[in-house]
Amino acid sequence: MLSRTASNLYWLSRYVERAECLARILDATYRLSALPQGYGSTTNEWDSAIATAGCVISFKEKYEEANERTVTEYLAFSTDNPSSIRNCLEIARTNARSVRTALTTEMWDAINSAWHELHHYDPKRITREEFTRFLNFVTETSVRFDGTSFRTMLRNDAYWFSRLGFLVERADATARILDVKYHVLLPREAQVGGPLDYFQWASILRSVSARTSYHWVYRDSVKPWLVADLLILNRQMPRSLASCYENINRYLDDLAQFYGRQGQAQRLARSITNKLENGKMEDIFQSGLHEFITQFLIDNNRVGNAIGDQYLI
Amino acid sequence: MSSRSPDFFDEMRASDGSIRPAYRQLAHWLDTVPKDVLDYRRKEAEFIFRRIGITFAVYGDAASTERLIPFDIIPRILNRGEWQKLSRGLEQRVKALNMYLSDAYHKREILRAGIVPEELIYGNPVFRPEMNGQAVPHDIYVMIAGIDVVRVDPDNFYVLEDNARVPSGVSYMLENREIMLRLFPELFIDHPVAPVDNYADELLATLKSVAPNNSSGDPTVVLMTPGIYNSAYYEHSFLADKLGCELVEGRDMFVKGDMLYMRTTEGPKRVDVIYRRVDDDFIDPLSFRPDSMLGVPGLMSVYQAGNVTLANAVGTGIADDKAVYSYMPDIIKFYLGEEPILKNVDTWRCREPDHLKYVLDNIEKLVVKEVHGSGGYGMLIGPAADKKTIENFAAKVKAAPEGFIAQPTLALSTCPTFVEEGIAPRHVDLRPFVLTGRDRTRIVPGGLTRVALSKGSLVVNSSQGGGTKDTWVLDR
Amino acid sequence: MRIRIAHETVYRYDTPATRAIQILRLTPRAHDGQYVVRWRVEVSEDCRVGPREDAFGNLTHTFTVDGPISELAVRVAGEVETQDTHGIMRGAREKFPPSFYLRQTELTVPDQAIAGWADEISENGARPALETLHAMQQSIYANFNFDVDATATSTTASQAFANKHGVCQDYAHIFCSAARHLKIPARYVGGYFLRGDGVIDTESGHAWTEAFIPDLGWIAFDPANGICATEAHVRVAIGLDYLGAAPVRGTRYGGLGEAMQVKVSVDQASRQSQQ
Repeated sequence: MLSRTASNLYWLSRYVERAECLARILDATYRLSALPQGYGSTTNEWDSAIATAGCVISFKEKYEEANERTVTEYLAFSTDNPSSIRNCLEIARTNARSVRTALTTEMWDAINSAWHELHHYDPKRITREEFTRFLNFVTETSVRFDGTSFRTMLRNDAYWFSRLGFLVERADATARILDVKYHVLLPREAQVGGPLDYFQWASILRSVSARTSYHWVYRDSVKPWLVADLLILNRQMPRSLASCYENINRYLDDLAQFYGRQGQAQRLARSITNKLENGKMEDIFQSGLHEFITQFLIDNNRVGNAIGDQYLI
Repeated sequence: MSSRSPDFFDEMRASDGSIRPAYRQLAHWLDTVPKDVLDYRRKEAEFIFRRIGITFAVYGDAASTERLIPFDIIPRILNRGEWQKLSRGLEQRVKALNMYLSDAYHKREILRAGIVPEELIYGNPVFRPEMNGQAVPHDIYVMIAGIDVVRVDPDNFYVLEDNARVPSGVSYMLENREIMLRLFPELFIDHPVAPVDNYADELLATLKSVAPNNSSGDPTVVLMTPGIYNSAYYEHSFLADKLGCELVEGRDMFVKGDMLYMRTTEGPKRVDVIYRRVDDDFIDPLSFRPDSMLGVPGLMSVYQAGNVTLANAVGTGIADDKAVYSYMPDIIKFYLGEEPILKNVDTWRCREPDHLKYVLDNIEKLVVKEVHGSGGYGMLIGPAADKKTIENFAAKVKAAPEGFIAQPTLALSTCPTFVEEGIAPRHVDLRPFVLTGRDRTRIVPGGLTRVALSKGSLVVNSSQGGGTKDTWVLDR
Repeated sequence: MRIRIAHETVYRYDTPATRAIQILRLTPRAHDGQYVVRWRVEVSEDCRVGPREDAFGNLTHTFTVDGPISELAVRVAGEVETQDTHGIMRGAREKFPPSFYLRQTELTVPDQAIAGWADEISENGARPALETLHAMQQSIYANFNFDVDATATSTTASQAFANKHGVCQDYAHIFCSAARHLKIPARYVGGYFLRGDGVIDTESGHAWTEAFIPDLGWIAFDPANGICATEAHVRVAIGLDYLGAAPVRGTRYGGLGEAMQVKVSVDQASRQSQQ
């Protein structure tokens, strides 16, 4: 396969997934900011949203303050923000057009019709209700794209590159959510489970759409260390770092076997997978949750670069 | 039903009002099918086209850079006899084009024989000195030709223009048929329509047949596109898909030691044949335009070393411009010793003084075209122009006569077309595609019928509001 | 006269290039006024340097190099024996009839200013061609300022004509543009020039022109020096314009921060000590 085709497939999936992650972050932030004063956080939720999206510096260059209006504009619609939802979907379609022949009709249709629909939303005149519909539309687009690729693509290198893009992006997003909110997940001696933290935990679960899953897995009320466990080590949870890496590992192995050659990407992914499979939450808390997540973000990025060097250029 | 203009040959109705045999069932069907059904099907067709993304880009139109070419649901029909004559003529014409190109870049016997003037070759801006004396694999220059033909009466096809560089439109031939099969399956029961969907197989066979001699048993064919912003990008991706080959851009390939490679996930892979949809000027910044980002630096070196086949060859423009057009009947006679089967439109070359005089004396009756213009721009349609326009144009011709040719206004045939006012005759042309391989020539029965949708208009170009139709060749 | 030439081009990159390809037109060929005694082309990296003849009959060398490349040097050197032919060019490889060289290119297409200037000098065609060409050569020589900073390889004849500044390449373009406008075939010539002022080392080669007069053949005009070519001119490559005769056309992949250094030395062989 052409390296450029592989690259386009990989980034197409990354951008679709990125759009969905942003939509979920925005949704969770809206919910949190809608709570009455006493329940709200002491920190500004809109600042957290910008931090989670990883664009604090570029945001600050454009706006004085993070609030509902500015953050919504920047993360959802801004053309200045290369990773706004709108830009993600634009780039996704440009990528899709470039690799039209490597996509199934259904996948193309999912992206192409989303792109047409995107232009129906006018950021200048959008109401809150419409915005909720917009966020739903973004999530549904991602689910539809993912579903069509799962159901219609041949299981060959094209599929594996597409999956890898999706998983590397997903792992990154989950880690970022944890990175911004890690302090509310730390087990503390006293005051565990105050009303304030409770809504923060619920919000984290919401931003990875895992509120229901949590209860199915733990059959317990929301507890911070369990939230951390769910998002980091629990392989049943599709957005957990462990699950992402279990699959990244698998698809990289598929590629290695298909091409009869393996390299740095496979070696790095294996080592991360091992770390997650053998990890225990106690140890992670012991040696520092923040440090753990920071290291994971670096490692995940390295895997992305290794995939790029090995296959995409 | 449709009214018919008596001045033009109508493909469906003879001048006495009777229906020609090939159209008999269709005419009956058009009479019986309710108009709202037609309307509904037309909308459905448009919806499908948009959905699958068959669009073309309009340059300089920022608001809507992707548009649909209007599709007319009433097919244009040719019977077997008509097609056989047409396809024999096409084969003859493309054979002569190839022989002319080979001669023009090597021995130039046609110059010595005094058939064409020297400046037609050397003075032509699209004559590529780089191709002078350069052997091309199997001596084939034009593997893919699109010949624009029109009818003016029951017996004669005229060639309007040869396209020997990077002719486009074949995806419409294929997609129009797909849509018709989907929307009107019942029509195909009554009509034995020759299939066109083997075009991609024929094209691939053609391309593989012209691979360099030193390529492997199964040569690697790629389709080279300028990228997603090109107006014909949809067609490029569509064809690559049908051919089962990689759709490459210049940046996907590189030259190493006189060989051409593409960058793949498994490392570099040699490329043997490029079906290129990029103009000569842009394919190699080291030989042509140095600012081109679309090409592969050094591609011409590989080509000159005989290690890659370009389809079409570089420099084919000297065979298809309007200046050489008027010499085509002589060119066919010179190389093949045959009378041309397809007619040429009478052409006055303004560079010749007696022709110029005739043109200026009769300009209000003529179509005057710039030799190097295209797409329906830079031309004067005498009968449709006002006095002032004619005067201005005549002055331009007088100032630089060598840049112009003139032709009589052709009475393009009409074909029933579903338009706002109902079913009405509209002017059509036809672009069949001729494939020339090392082994043989292949012509899929059909082509792209373009239709001028405005009443009375003779301009069928999609850039000027033309539409397309499915073209049926009946197997009877 | 025996002329000794050394021409070195060195590219350096801050971050190494991953791949490079170049086409060189750096090898002179013989004609009645010049004989190549010895000549060699060297590339600093391992590669195959394949010779080939191009469309105009120039000798080219094409090579590709795999990275990482942090420095790439191309060196040519040799000796050429020349004799004065009063500017008349004979015995060179001719691949096209003279009429081919009536073609203008993007770099030479004349604007109104050049066309007007040419018409004026030729007295609207009344003046004999040879006289006109000499007058054009003198006019460029007298009225234009040599200025390396005012021009680039992509400067067109019209731009240079408007600026009244330029280098030999621009003068050659203007000359070709005007001659062709007057229906006189003309072509661009790239090569080396042994200066009369004793300067041996420079940073570039030289460029002039050849124009065709039916009874005489091709005649070499050097508007930068205001003379027809002499035994001081070593002819290397011809083309319709600079691009066709360019000493180097190349591309590199990757490799940021390119710095290029050119050293050209042209000297009389007898003046140098034997190496």
